[in-house]
Amino acid sequence: MLATAQTFTLDGISATSVRVEVDVHKGLPAFSMVGLPDAAVREARERVRAAIVNCGFEFPLRRIVANLAPASLRKAGPGLDLAIAAALLVASEQLDLDRLAPVAMAGELALDGSVRPVPGVLAIAEAARGRGVERLLVPAENGAEAALVDGLEVVCLESLGQVAAFVEGDWSPPTPQPMPLRADASTHAPDLADLRGQRHLRYALEIAAAGGHSLLMVGPPGAGKSLAASRLPSILPAMAPGEALEVARIASACGRLGAEGPQGRPFRAPHHTISPAGLIGGGNPPGPGEATLSHRGVLFLDELCEFRRDTLEALRTPLESGWVSVARAGAWRRLPCRFMLVAAANPCPCGRGETDPECTCAPLAAQRYQARLSGALADRIDVLAAIRQPTADEIAGPPGESSAAVRERVTAARGRQERRLGAGRCNAEMTPAELRESVLTEEAATLLAEAYSRHRLSGRAHDRVLRLARTVADLAGEEEIGREQMAQALQLRRRDAE
Amino acid sequence: MKEPTACPDCLRRSRLLAHLAPYIERIATGAVGSRSPELLRLSNEDLAEAAAPKVAAQVLAQVEAVPEETLRADLLAAQCWACCRHDSRFPSGLHDAADAPWALIGRGDPALLERLEPDGAVTVVGARRASTYGRGVARELGRELAAADLVVVSGLAFGIDACAHRGALEGGRTVAVLGCGADIAYPGSHRSLWRRICERGLVISELPPGTGVWRWTFPARNRIMAAMAGMTVVVEAARRSGSLITADLAADLGRDLGAVPGPVTARGSAGTNDLLAGGACLVREAQDVLDAMLGPGVRRAERSGPPLEAELREVLIAVERGEETCDAVAVALDLTGAEAASALATLEALGYLSCSLVGSYSRTLLAVPGV
Repeated sequence: MLATAQTFTLDGISATSVRVEVDVHKGLPAFSMVGLPDAAVREARERVRAAIVNCGFEFPLRRIVANLAPASLRKAGPGLDLAIAAALLVASEQLDLDRLAPVAMAGELALDGSVRPVPGVLAIAEAARGRGVERLLVPAENGAEAALVDGLEVVCLESLGQVAAFVEGDWSPPTPQPMPLRADASTHAPDLADLRGQRHLRYALEIAAAGGHSLLMVGPPGAGKSLAASRLPSILPAMAPGEALEVARIASACGRLGAEGPQGRPFRAPHHTISPAGLIGGGNPPGPGEATLSHRGVLFLDELCEFRRDTLEALRTPLESGWVSVARAGAWRRLPCRFMLVAAANPCPCGRGETDPECTCAPLAAQRYQARLSGALADRIDVLAAIRQPTADEIAGPPGESSAAVRERVTAARGRQERRLGAGRCNAEMTPAELRESVLTEEAATLLAEAYSRHRLSGRAHDRVLRLARTVADLAGEEEIGREQMAQALQLRRRDAE
Repeated sequence: MKEPTACPDCLRRSRLLAHLAPYIERIATGAVGSRSPELLRLSNEDLAEAAAPKVAAQVLAQVEAVPEETLRADLLAAQCWACCRHDSRFPSGLHDAADAPWALIGRGDPALLERLEPDGAVTVVGARRASTYGRGVARELGRELAAADLVVVSGLAFGIDACAHRGALEGGRTVAVLGCGADIAYPGSHRSLWRRICERGLVISELPPGTGVWRWTFPARNRIMAAMAGMTVVVEAARRSGSLITADLAADLGRDLGAVPGPVTARGSAGTNDLLAGGACLVREAQDVLDAMLGPGVRRAERSGPPLEAELREVLIAVERGEETCDAVAVALDLTGAEAASALATLEALGYLSCSLVGSYSRTLLAVPGV
């Protein structure tokens, strides 16, 4: 007899429909699987066989063929186990799934028949609702994330046996509560108060956060660059519900979504040995990289000069567009990656800085190092913060202002930007046309013009200063960019090499 | 103005140098270029005999056989002109040197030749491996000297030379003396600087267009720089730096010699500090150079910036004291990050400060009026 079951396989960060067709007919006992399964899916045969037997069902000693349609799509991961087992039970007339229709399911089986969680259930639930499925059978651990999707009855399974019990009406599953979507950082998140002293860095962080500007911190090792970067998510404004859902979807697809849901904006700090594929996504089939994992959050590149050049180059287009396109033979994916870039570097190879008497670097080596700093990705970086080793007094001094207080100001400034530019947009994304509409006082315009000719700014640098000045004014609550704000923007701007 | 002229004999001399370049390279090694200027004193025949005894006659005959039209056509093809020692516009300082070039091949504005006199030109040289301090000073000095109507002569090399040229282009006129043909930008990464000097200044060489670089050609061009200008200023040099050769050559010709002091702990400034200890003129600013060259107070360098308010003065003093980052200034003066940033940006826009790629500030040579 022939039976089918509806399930989904993960395709990047979204899910694609897969129909499992199982045919049981006469012949020598065999269990074969067709339809481009990967190794994990092929091994489903053994898991399915053991789970069926251990749940008290009978494994038919006949010729079994499982086909995964569409046949041209590569199926990956163990999430198809449950659907294969269910279709097999229907085909051997041990289960009547039609009573539940339209139904879909996803889950990995253990040998004892219990159902294990799988990644990407949120995406699967969204895809299921899109295909008109009314009931979705998922592992109990994934129930909370599936319940985030409205208009879908989510059935949380702990074992394969419960499928039959549910169909027969012998068991009514508990209704899962949707997981909380934390839009702002949890109370356990590191707080900016830990950053002692560093007035200028605090101020640069606030400006960068307020306008969504990318930031480069240059300073000796141990001065607090990494500490500052990891506190950045906590001063960014809370995410909109839609944004939090995007973050949850990506985390879920990567198997990184815990039971408590996303903990505010993501913060990712890949090591500098990362490959281009690891950073922007890759592999075959293509999966998300660090850039996508930091979507709506912060991507921190420590030791910027140590990253491979091609790795940084790969980040260029995604930074600009907010999307990465990964093409591989037979597959093409477009993944979201709208993140704030924060980078850190030492001022010279030895890290002490050229003017430190202890610096051991040859002048040429230091210059070469700094040239690398201005080459790599530099034209995508807006703000430069020079950091120095805090003094003993500063370290022993009182804690700095808390994240909550800074976030309040940042949120207010973002609010002004959204009123001007539209929802969800910030100053860093201003187009040249929008930039030309910014209002400058006469003094500010004079200062910008002076700096433009004296420092021989490029057109791009000119626009960058203007964007920064707009953010400084937004933080100050000014409609017009004044001289003071323009001066601050000029100081904060990243310097170009000649 | 009329194009400068060169007689065929003098043009053939530079041809001969190009032909003999590989041979001279062989005998002029050892201590950097120590022998090449001496060799260049010799007559054509003696030079060929000294450098390439086996093929001397052959090379001489070959150079002699080049028709005048070819010599001139080669210059035109490279967009160059030539000026030989028999032309009245030939830089008079060069006549003082026994080993002076016979002809200069130039590219750029020939009118600048007339200003290449010992009282109108100053040579600014220094190490290729220069510190941020040295490069900053070279640039400032170049700009102020050029603004005070002196022609700034340098060698287009990395480090100090390039900074002096860049500064001079901002303030006035500059001349680059090359160790290769004037039509070749060497080092290659200074191509855009070379082009700017060709357009707004002058590039000269004693070698014919198309000649590549040899080790001996650098000390050889140093002798031209030393002889042409009234004063040679070494901005930054270690003990064995090639720019000290220029300083020696200038001193031998009785030209003024100046040096910019550096930290006594810096190996990169040991050479210049030695020069100062040996009696070189102390150069802190353009005015020191003007006073030494033209007599005290004859010409004033315009180097005062606009007046400053008390708060900005305080910030400037803090930077002079060594507070080099915005954060350090903010802490030292108890300002907020925003206040310190605004003050530093204002001072930078006024030209009192310069900021490095990594965000550390240093003081420029611009003086505050009334201080």
